[in-house]
Order: sequence, then structure tokens, then C-alpha cells
Amino acid sequence: MDYMYAIIIISIAAIVTFVIRWLPFLLFDNKKKQIPKSITYLGDILPQAVMAILIVYSLKFVDFQTISGFLPELISVAVVIIIHILKRSNLLSIGLGTVVYMVLIQFVFIR
Amino acid sequence: MRNIFKITIKKTLPVFFGYIFVGMAFGLLLDNAGYSWIWSILISSVVYSGSLQFVLVSFLVNPVSVFSVLITSVAVNSRYMFCGISFINRFKNMGKKKWYMIFSLTDETYSLLFSLKDEKKLYENDIFLFLISFFNQIYWIIGSFIGAFIGDVIPFNTQGIEFAMTALFIVILLEQILSTKSILPAVIGLMSSAASIFLFSIENFILPSLFLSSFLLLAIKQYKLKGDKQ
Repeated sequence: MDYMYAIIIISIAAIVTFVIRWLPFLLFDNKKKQIPKSITYLGDILPQAVMAILIVYSLKFVDFQTISGFLPELISVAVVIIIHILKRSNLLSIGLGTVVYMVLIQFVFIR
Repeated sequence: MRNIFKITIKKTLPVFFGYIFVGMAFGLLLDNAGYSWIWSILISSVVYSGSLQFVLVSFLVNPVSVFSVLITSVAVNSRYMFCGISFINRFKNMGKKKWYMIFSLTDETYSLLFSLKDEKKLYENDIFLFLISFFNQIYWIIGSFIGAFIGDVIPFNTQGIEFAMTALFIVILLEQILSTKSILPAVIGLMSSAASIFLFSIENFILPSLFLSSFLLLAIKQYKLKGDKQ
């Protein structure tokens, strides 16, 4: 465990997060400056692409060589999507999906 | 004054449940990575961004370069760049509280504050808005602490708990798709990821896929504009 590394990356994450949240206040305060069209467009639409990329990132250890390497993920992702579309409750979708995944890899497709 | 606390708790109740449990998942995960409850309180206090905190845990387990951490933090949180736009005028005259309001503008706090816009009397009250944001962060910190604490005290098999991060991302994506009624950006994101993994590596695909997505989305918009003009 490298505590120095931990402190450094936590600081970076904290500073970057604050600066990003502050940016609109810094750029568009007071003067009724028009926000560029392409910026608002990307603002509407890019977060969705970022989330898709992050989902791929969080599943990067999936192994398509064996059935037990990808089936638990496939099932759990489906559970989250179906439960969320039916119930629209963040808590329920995340909680149930995680429990299903934990049961699957701990008891069914043991890794 | 007692009344205002009551209203705050009532209004923040949905965030309470969400933050306690997702915070717990974060605390457990961090504890699993070998970082005790002090670290989870620290991170939830100074970073205070759900998605990024989960990504941070994976960086603590599999260290990457500081530059990658920087770029990933920007990418993961880029959406916040646009949240604040709705509150520029409202936060302007809040004095010192303004800085905390900006710092604590998470997805959940954003949507809760936004939903209060129609309740003029509450929405115009600086102390009330501050309490909403502050209570939400307290819930998040308590959740992170409980998670890490449980991980320390009750040893149980937490293998697979990291799926909470994937589930969180899926839920955010679904909500975005449902509100914008367009699936194109998500498809572009997935295709860019696939292309970048193929061209680079599974370890370093976030940055290129981000640029590729932005480029493709802007290009598609240009193309559509042209089509509309003809």
C-alpha cells in the first residue's frame, strides 16, 4: 500500500472535481455572456457517452474465453437494467444487481 | 429554526437512502482495498463525487500514472461543468455559503435543488438551501463510514461488491437515456470504447475513446445541420 500515492490521487480528484463544478460560475457569472452552442450541445450529450465508456471500463476484467468469465456480468447487468426500467429506483437497481452478482460469483460460477 | 431542520430532513429523505447505501458500498470496497474508515471519511469529505470515488478505489488497487488520474477525473466529472449553469444567479449572493454550494453540487443535490425551484419561499431561503446540500453530504459520509466499519468489524466475503460501481453507472446512463430520449451518445460511447480497446489497450482506452466520442458526436451534429439546411 502506497499512502503517498493515495494522498496524491485523492488530492487530484478533489481539486479537479471542485474546479469543474466551479467552472460555469467562473465563466458565465455576471455578464449575460452567451454560452457557445457546441459547448451546451456537448454538455447535454457527452455525459451519456462518458457513462457508456465507464461501464465498459468497470467491466474490463470480463473474460469471454469461458462461460463463467462473462455470464455473471451479463446476468447482473440485465437485472439492473430490467429492475431499473420497471421500478425507476436507483437504490433498488444498484442493491439488487450487486447482490445478484455477489451470489453468482461466490456460489454459482465460483471464481 | 427547528422547523427548517424538519423540512430539510423531509426533503432530503430520498437522497438519504441512496447515499447511505451507495456510500456503504464505497466504504466496503475501499476497506477491501486495504484503506480503513479514516480514508473513506477523508475521501467522501474532500472529493464528494460518487462515480469518481469508485474509480479512485480501482486506481488504488491497480495504480496508474498521475496524468491518467487527472484526465480520468476530468472525464468522469465533466458533466458537472453544466450542472452549475442552472444556479449561477441563485448562488451569486450567498456569500461564503456560495463556495460550499458549488463544492457540494452532486447529481443528487443538483436535481433536489432544481426540483425546489417552484417552491419560492423555500428556494429563496439561503440557510435552507445550504442545509439541503450539507445534510446530503453528511449522509454520504456516514454511509462511507458505516461501509468501511462493517468491513472491519464483520468479516464477510465481499467478493463482487465492486459491481455496485457498474450498477451505479448503468443507472445513471439509463436515467440520461430516459430524459434525453436518445440512445445515440451511448452507442457512440460503446463503439468508441471498442475501437479504442482494439487500437490501444484495455488499460488505456478511456482517454482515446473520450476524444473519439466527442469528435463523432460533433461531426454527427454538423452533418445533421447540413441536412436540415438543404
